[in-house]
Amino acid sequence: MTELLERPVGTARRTCVFTGIGVTAPNGLGTAAWWAATLAGRSGIAPVTRFDATGYPSRLAGEVPGFDPAEHIPSRLLPQTDHMTRLALAAAQEAIADAGVTPGDLPEFSAGVVTASSAGGFAFGQRELEALWSKGGQHVSAYQSFAWFYAVNSGQISIRHGMRGPSGVLVSEQAGGLDALAQARRQLRKGSALIVSGGVDGAICPWGWTAMLSGGRLSPVNEPDRAYLPFDADARGHVPGEGGALLILEDAAAAEERGARVYGRLAGYAATFDPAPGTGREPALRKAIELALADAGVTPEAVDVVFADAAGVPELDRAEADAITAVFGAEAVPVTAPKTMTGRLSAGGASLDVAAALLSVRDGIIPPTVNVRGRGEGIRLDLVTGARSAPVRTALVVARGQGGFNSAAVVTHA
Amino acid sequence: MTLPELTALLRECAGESEGVDLDGDVLDVPLDELGYDSLAVLQTTGHIECEYGIRLSDDVVAEAHTPRLLLEFINESLAQAQAGLAA
Repeated sequence: MTELLERPVGTARRTCVFTGIGVTAPNGLGTAAWWAATLAGRSGIAPVTRFDATGYPSRLAGEVPGFDPAEHIPSRLLPQTDHMTRLALAAAQEAIADAGVTPGDLPEFSAGVVTASSAGGFAFGQRELEALWSKGGQHVSAYQSFAWFYAVNSGQISIRHGMRGPSGVLVSEQAGGLDALAQARRQLRKGSALIVSGGVDGAICPWGWTAMLSGGRLSPVNEPDRAYLPFDADARGHVPGEGGALLILEDAAAAEERGARVYGRLAGYAATFDPAPGTGREPALRKAIELALADAGVTPEAVDVVFADAAGVPELDRAEADAITAVFGAEAVPVTAPKTMTGRLSAGGASLDVAAALLSVRDGIIPPTVNVRGRGEGIRLDLVTGARSAPVRTALVVARGQGGFNSAAVVTHA
Repeated sequence: MTLPELTALLRECAGESEGVDLDGDVLDVPLDELGYDSLAVLQTTGHIECEYGIRLSDDVVAEAHTPRLLLEFINESLAQAQAGLAA
C-alpha cells in the first residue's frame, strides 16, 4: 500500500482555519439557501434539463437551480467560461465576501487559489470540438485554449480577485475536494496568508455523460427518490450532480489578527491509495481515516459525526461501512450523507461536505441522509436519516476518488 | 466596417468591461484600456474571418492596438477580397 501521508512542514505547525464559505449546490444556490434545504431534507435530484438525456439509460442529475450567469459573472468572462467555471466564480465571490476580506489588498503574493477538478470545462470543450469537426478550426473559440483545462477555475478566480500567491489544481476525482484543502494547508504552512480552496465541478453534457456512464457507477434507476441510495439494500449506483463549495482557509494567527469570524479548523488530513485490484488486500480507506485522526490528534471517541463518501454501489458502501466500523465500532458514531440530496458532485462533493461539517459545528445539528430506508447486508452504521440536533465539535469527512484515491479530513470547532 | 459594427462584434465575442463606454469616442483608445487582451481580439477577428470570408494575419492583428488601426486593417482586407472577386 502506498501512503501519501501529510506531515507538517518544518517545525512550526501552523493552525489553519476556515473563515468563509461559498456554495453552489443542486438543492440551493448560495450557502443560506443550500443549508436550509439540506436541513429540511430537500433534494435537488431531478431529470436532466441541461441537454436532452431521454436516450440515455441514466437520466437524473443534480443541477444548480436558478443560476443566471449574467447575474453573477462579468460580461467579459461569459464568452470564456464553462458552466462549472461560472458556478465556481459565483461560489468564490460568496466565500470571499463571507470572509470579509479583499484578497487584492493583501500583500501581492500572499493569497492563492487551490481548487479540485475532475474533468475541466467539458461542456465548453464539447461545443468547440463540435465546431472543429463540423465547421473547421477557424470556428473554434480562442478561449478553448484554456476554458476546458483542469486548472481553469483556479486561474479565473485568481485573476478576478487579484490573488497571485501559490495556486494550482488537484485531480483525484471525488477525493479532490479534500486533497485541495490539504494542499491549501501546505501553502499556508509555507507562509501564505489566505487560500481560496475546495471544488466546484460538473460535466452535465453529452460528452461528460458518456464518460460517466462508461465509469459504470451511474444508477440506472430514474425515480429521483429511489436512484441514489447509499448503504441501502437497494443501492444501484449514484446520480451525478454539479456544483460544490469553495472555502476560505487562513492561517489562524492572521485570521485572528484581522478579527475574522472563524467557522472551524482544518485539524487533520490524510490520503492513501488502494492496493492494485485483484490483490485481495484491504482497501486503504480505513488507514486514511486513522491517519487523519492521528494528524488531528483526536481519538475516534471524540468524533461527533462522519460525513460519508457514500458511493451508492453495494460493495463500495460495504467497504466504507467496514472501514468506519473498524475505526469507531458498530453503530458507534452518527454517519450521514447529505449528498443524497445533491448527487455526487465529482471534485465538488467533499468540499460541500466540509461546508456542511462546519455549519453542523456552528448550529449543533447533523444534516440528514434522505431516501435511505433499509440497510444493505453487513452495514452496521448509525445512519442519520432525519436532521439530528447534537453538539458537534469534531467532524470527519471521507472521500473516495474512482481509481483508488482515499482521503479523510477532520474539521473541529474554532 | 464601421466603428459601431466593430464594437458590436467585440461585445458579442468578448463581452464588455465594466466602466467602459464602447459607444463613446473610443476610436483611438488602446484596446487593452477597453478591457480587451490579445485573446479577446483574436476571438473577435476569428469571428470576423468566418463571417466575412477573409483572412487576417495574426502578426498584423497583434500590432493593431486601437480600434482605428484594427478597422483600417480589416477594411483593407475586405477591399482586397472584393478586388479579388471583381478581378
